[in-house]
Amino acid sequence: MADTITDIDNSPQVLSSAALRRQMLKEFWFYFSENRGAVIGLFVFVALVFVAVFASVIAPHSPFQQYRDAILVPPAWIEGGNTTFLLGTDPVGRDILSRLIYGAQYSLFIGVFVTTLSLVGGILVGLIAGYYRGWIDTVIMRLMDIILAFPSLLLALVLVAILGPSLTNGMIAIAITLQPHFVRLTRAAVMAEKSRDYVTASRLAGAGPFRLMFRTILPNCMAPLIVQATLSFSNAILDAAALGFLGMGAQPPAPEWGTMLAEAREFILRAWWVVTFPGLAILITVLAINLMGDGLRDALDPKLKRS
Amino acid sequence: MFGFLLRRLAVLIPTFIGVSIIAFSFIRLLPGDPVALLSGERVMSPERHAQISAQLGLDRPMVIQYFDYLGGVLTGDFGTSIVSKTPILGQFWALFPATVELSFCAIILAIAIGVPAGVIAAIKRGSFFDQTLMGIALVGYSMPIFWWGLLLIIFFSGTLQWFPVSGRISLMYFFPPVTGFMLIDSLLSGQKGAFMSAISHLALPSIVLATIPLAVIARQTRSAMLEVLSEDYVRTARAKGLSPFRVVGIHALRNAMIPVITTIGLQIGVMLAGAILTETIFSWPGIGKWMVDSVFRRDYPVIQGGLLLIAGIIMIVNLIVDLLYGLINPRIRH
Repeated sequence: MADTITDIDNSPQVLSSAALRRQMLKEFWFYFSENRGAVIGLFVFVALVFVAVFASVIAPHSPFQQYRDAILVPPAWIEGGNTTFLLGTDPVGRDILSRLIYGAQYSLFIGVFVTTLSLVGGILVGLIAGYYRGWIDTVIMRLMDIILAFPSLLLALVLVAILGPSLTNGMIAIAITLQPHFVRLTRAAVMAEKSRDYVTASRLAGAGPFRLMFRTILPNCMAPLIVQATLSFSNAILDAAALGFLGMGAQPPAPEWGTMLAEAREFILRAWWVVTFPGLAILITVLAINLMGDGLRDALDPKLKRS
Repeated sequence: MFGFLLRRLAVLIPTFIGVSIIAFSFIRLLPGDPVALLSGERVMSPERHAQISAQLGLDRPMVIQYFDYLGGVLTGDFGTSIVSKTPILGQFWALFPATVELSFCAIILAIAIGVPAGVIAAIKRGSFFDQTLMGIALVGYSMPIFWWGLLLIIFFSGTLQWFPVSGRISLMYFFPPVTGFMLIDSLLSGQKGAFMSAISHLALPSIVLATIPLAVIARQTRSAMLEVLSEDYVRTARAKGLSPFRVVGIHALRNAMIPVITTIGLQIGVMLAGAILTETIFSWPGIGKWMVDSVFRRDYPVIQGGLLLIAGIIMIVNLIVDLLYGLINPRIRH
């Protein structure tokens, strides 16, 4: 991003900041749209957001309504299925399609919440470590090493065992395990940027440490952080679903996709649809976000090129 | 090289102490009475409470408790399980070979397919093969493996009935564990069909556990290979008239493997987390399932000990990977 700004400064005409922003956005879209997978990922993601927001309008049934005379009805296109329940029903007669639609709300909320928490926390801690260095940096980085020594799912599982199984506790636990990556990235970027001339100039102009950290340095460190944020988004959804699957995340009857899988497990050999669709929903969501992440990396980080 | 080892160890020791503090304070952070949690007794008289408290050393200052705990850990005493009343370290050693066997097969599978696939994709960059392969790799990377395992069970155990659903070996076979590794023990037992039974039990869990590492290794190999193939020395080797196989297989691959080895090392931590899910799905009696079961049984001493043991193993593996990396890439040592 810094390169873009220097390029434009060298050009003869002076651009207003709004025009500058528009030009940067245009350039971003140019690189992003070159990656076909990323555009597909973006479309799927937008569709998911739409489904989640308008779940109550789209869903044909309530996600909790149990149709006792329609237990384990197969999907519509299979013999025995009917169009009332397009993707069939689960062991207590709930409509799977409606539960999946409401489940999108859970997954997207988990992704947004966990990513925001770990991103904001990671940036704050990373800025402090990279800006001040010295003993505070050493202490922070050792702490992050300690968190990284545990596999994320194990740490999340143990934290949930302490705090009690619930979606909120699961999300906090996952955010803690994802945070060190943001700390490391921010710290490395801050250390690289801190010795640049524009930072020195800003300091000489009288900018205090907070202005230097947040207004001067941080905007130029955002590219790797945004790419990492998309990765964390998909990781958060996967880990939360895994916790739900183990019975340690969202609790039944919540239509969370991982929890739905856990409830369906004993029926796998009798009714494949109760297992197949929730997992497929997780896979499609995570895949769409990862595709977008690849496109973002191409568009934001020219150094990584398209390889 | 020796200095490099010392520097790595110097970083490792404070990390280990930190990890042990986390494992130690974990039970004290729990809402509820640590005496009740550690002894597993719900209702007890004040006298009994004081007796257990003294017995477990919980009536002493926190710092002394910690050093007691650390001393125990360093001499191999990780405490006793509430449920089975047996030492935790003993349980761990009984179950660990199962996890090692599964992880080992999975990582071999991931390397054996991932590295060649990545190399071919890099050579045929932009081709149909390359695009398909990278598409599959991204799907594999995004896979919720607990669902993937269930799908494989539906198809291969349910519909085709090729592989068993759970366990390490068919109940028909019984022999005392010698090494703890079922593949070796079944061969040593000399029983007909035991080895094949062990392999068929291992197949599906290995595939599930290998999925994400396989995708990561294929992607990493491809990009490392692409970078190396554009280097001058590769062009020189080509210009000398060496066969393409020699250029790619010997000149390029050796250097491309350097980042790949790091990736493989990092996957071992990923695999231990994956083992939690894989072992739960396939009822594989390893440390992943042990941890999940202990969380459900509220066997806090086991969770505490297992947490520390697993983190310790990951730290040792990372150290070995770092040292290997320093060995093959001397630049990193400084």
